[in-house]
Amino acid sequence: MNQWQNFSKGFFKENGVFVLLLGMCPTLGVTSSAINGLGMGLATTFVLVMSNVVISLIKNLVPDKVRIPVFIVVIASFVTIVQMTMEAFVPALFKALGVFIPLIVVNCIILGRAEAFASKNNVLSSLLDGLGIGLGFAMALTMLGSIREILGNGSLFNFKFVPEDASTMLVFVLSPGAFIVLGYLIALVNRIRKVS
Amino acid sequence: MNLIVIIIGAIFVNNIVLNKFLGICPFLGVSNRVSTAVGMAGAVAFVMVLSTMVTWLLQRYLLDPFGIAFMQTITFILVIAALVQLVEIILKKVSPSLYQALGVYLPLITTNCAILGVAVLTIQNDFNLIQGVVYALSNAIGFGLALVIFAGLRERMDLANIPKGMRGIPISLVVAGLLAMAFMGFSGIV
Repeated sequence: MNQWQNFSKGFFKENGVFVLLLGMCPTLGVTSSAINGLGMGLATTFVLVMSNVVISLIKNLVPDKVRIPVFIVVIASFVTIVQMTMEAFVPALFKALGVFIPLIVVNCIILGRAEAFASKNNVLSSLLDGLGIGLGFAMALTMLGSIREILGNGSLFNFKFVPEDASTMLVFVLSPGAFIVLGYLIALVNRIRKVS
Repeated sequence: MNLIVIIIGAIFVNNIVLNKFLGICPFLGVSNRVSTAVGMAGAVAFVMVLSTMVTWLLQRYLLDPFGIAFMQTITFILVIAALVQLVEIILKKVSPSLYQALGVYLPLITTNCAILGVAVLTIQNDFNLIQGVVYALSNAIGFGLALVIFAGLRERMDLANIPKGMRGIPISLVVAGLLAMAFMGFSGIV
């Protein structure tokens, strides 16, 4: 597989959210607005890229039996870095994402890529794989967040385009909206995949 | 905050699956049959209460006194992973029948974000040990309740005539959305 494919497969062919159905908790939990979805997506991308790089560097040093705990420690270290950085520089976003930032550790996409890709490939491929899968995840979260924000709040990235007193479909910002919008999006992606 | 409010709040009003979106993977993964849903809920309840207790003690007597609260994420995930292993080994030795019932679900629990989520939320809400344990137990009951109801719905859905594109995960998510809407009816109780 060439390097371009390593990067580009994350957007559609192996998109973590729509195709592999991994990382559902943050996908549903933080996408009440486009900006939250994008923030979460980028935070996850950073952790994914860094952990992929480190794991592909240390893959020959780690005994096979203890590899999962070692991977988890590597991932948790980068999550802690993200946590402290976000708290310092974007406190509003940090508060909005809440408990889901420490929970990046248990996002199955990250451990999944570490186990399935980074522990078997060289540094450059792992970096591109992490970047592609991470940005694909960010894209999916931003898409879901945008749809929910437009329908439920009449705005996009906090830019309101309906009158202040207009009534919007608030249910899409609340929890049921997350499940329903994601359900229809996955159905749509399945349909497109079948045609192409 | 008194205990009744915590219990009702965690089970119905802020249901861990349908309102806080924690533990979605087992919610979608093992909810095909009511019997597997019950087994999973039992294993989660066991580990959730135990891990909340241990992580609370660690936070209070190790992380806070030494001023290393930023190590929370790393410590908690390692403790939970070790705890799950330990529970598995002890159960195998002490109660083979219980191990038979819960065994297959235990390894899946390490990556269940509901466990880590509840441990972190207990610290964030400043609960004391008793409140924390009650909170963990009610969340586990809420998780079990959502899982069993959803499994029941999915068993019925097997017989329904669903459009081809919506079969599988898409229709499950839409049904989960409707279930979440039903649970919204509880909001305002506490």
